[in-house]
Amino acid sequence: MDDKITYLLRLGDNALILSQQLSQLCGKGPALEEDMALTNVALDLLGQTRLWFSYAAELENAGRDEDDIAFMRDAHDFRNCLLVEQPNGNYADTMMRQFFFDTWHYFQLLELTKAADPRIVEVAQKSIKEVTYHLRRSGDLIVRLGDGTAESHQKTQAAADALWMYTGEMFQYDAVDSAMVAAGIAPPSELLRAAFLEHVAEIFAEATLVVPAPDAWMQKGGKQGTHTEHLGFILAEMQFLQRAYPGAEW
Amino acid sequence: MNTATGTLDAAQVWSWLGDVPDPEIPVISVVDLGIVRAVEVTGSDACVVTITPTYSGCPAMQVIADAVTDALREHGVEHVTLVNQLSPAWTTDWMSDEGKAKLKGYGIAPPQQQVIDISGLKGGVKRVAMPKLEVICPHCGSNHTQLTSQFGSTPCKALYKCIDCREPFDYFKCH
Repeated sequence: MDDKITYLLRLGDNALILSQQLSQLCGKGPALEEDMALTNVALDLLGQTRLWFSYAAELENAGRDEDDIAFMRDAHDFRNCLLVEQPNGNYADTMMRQFFFDTWHYFQLLELTKAADPRIVEVAQKSIKEVTYHLRRSGDLIVRLGDGTAESHQKTQAAADALWMYTGEMFQYDAVDSAMVAAGIAPPSELLRAAFLEHVAEIFAEATLVVPAPDAWMQKGGKQGTHTEHLGFILAEMQFLQRAYPGAEW
Repeated sequence: MNTATGTLDAAQVWSWLGDVPDPEIPVISVVDLGIVRAVEVTGSDACVVTITPTYSGCPAMQVIADAVTDALREHGVEHVTLVNQLSPAWTTDWMSDEGKAKLKGYGIAPPQQQVIDISGLKGGVKRVAMPKLEVICPHCGSNHTQLTSQFGSTPCKALYKCIDCREPFDYFKCH
């Protein structure tokens, strides 16, 4: 598959899977304001998914549209990073996953606004305005939870420690990423990683949390289609209708 | 009807579109909101309308597209071509003053004239580098208000409360 299409699918799959995870919390948020924020973020991510998939489908020119890409692929065809498919867990887990993702997402999109591909620039410029709000919120909540009660602090640190091994993959470039760097589209991984670590350190300091070791052992494989067991369950729910009733429309 | 005499012009189309309400905030039109970006008349009963989404996941876009087409058909413009444009990205700076006044009358505080600063996290600027805004309570006019949540009942709104009259209200947030 064309490197650019794979790269677009990675961007879209990240947004789609996290959106689906957040949607599952609709009506279950710990407070009304949080419930609305979770679903607002889910909606933004779903819209961004559509923009990435539409472009991928056009480049692919194989007769499938963004819905086919979302609903008719199996787990091993998904290219999202492992972080976004980790379970919602408790609220510290949900927000830590969000904070790590938002931080990477923000800096990734900021760099993509300068990409040597006008369509990618358009989507990045549209998306980053939304993601700036996402990152402000998740950073704010990490500070509140980390620097909150003894229990919230403990759970937030535990969430950071448990999810940390899924953050390395975002900066581990393979042949597809390298081709995109060479094409003037993807930012260099060192630049992204430095920005990520700096922002995490800044927020964690305020949240009285300890940043796990940057050189710790990291999980990988999601970008290449090797996923944790969680993704299959997410897809089973997300794709049920389109699988059970192929071609259904409303 | 204009189309019968072949004198369809862009100003007329703009004025018709000015009567198409936003499906979620019906007190303002899609023109007030800045969703309609361009109108090009291509024949006596044909035109091209360029629209842009407010938020990338805005569920109202399809409804808006249908409403624009229907409204123009009612005025005899049979051939409406809609172009969905992403760039430049929609901003609340495009909202008309009339639109802002209508929002306020409807009980939603209008956006301040500042787009969201996407660079607010770089260069040592702290996470709370939100622009300092004076959001006026649409109920009592007090500037003594407080942010409850940046995310509200629709993607484009934040939740605020008024310290003086104690009423909660929606704020159409900068974007």
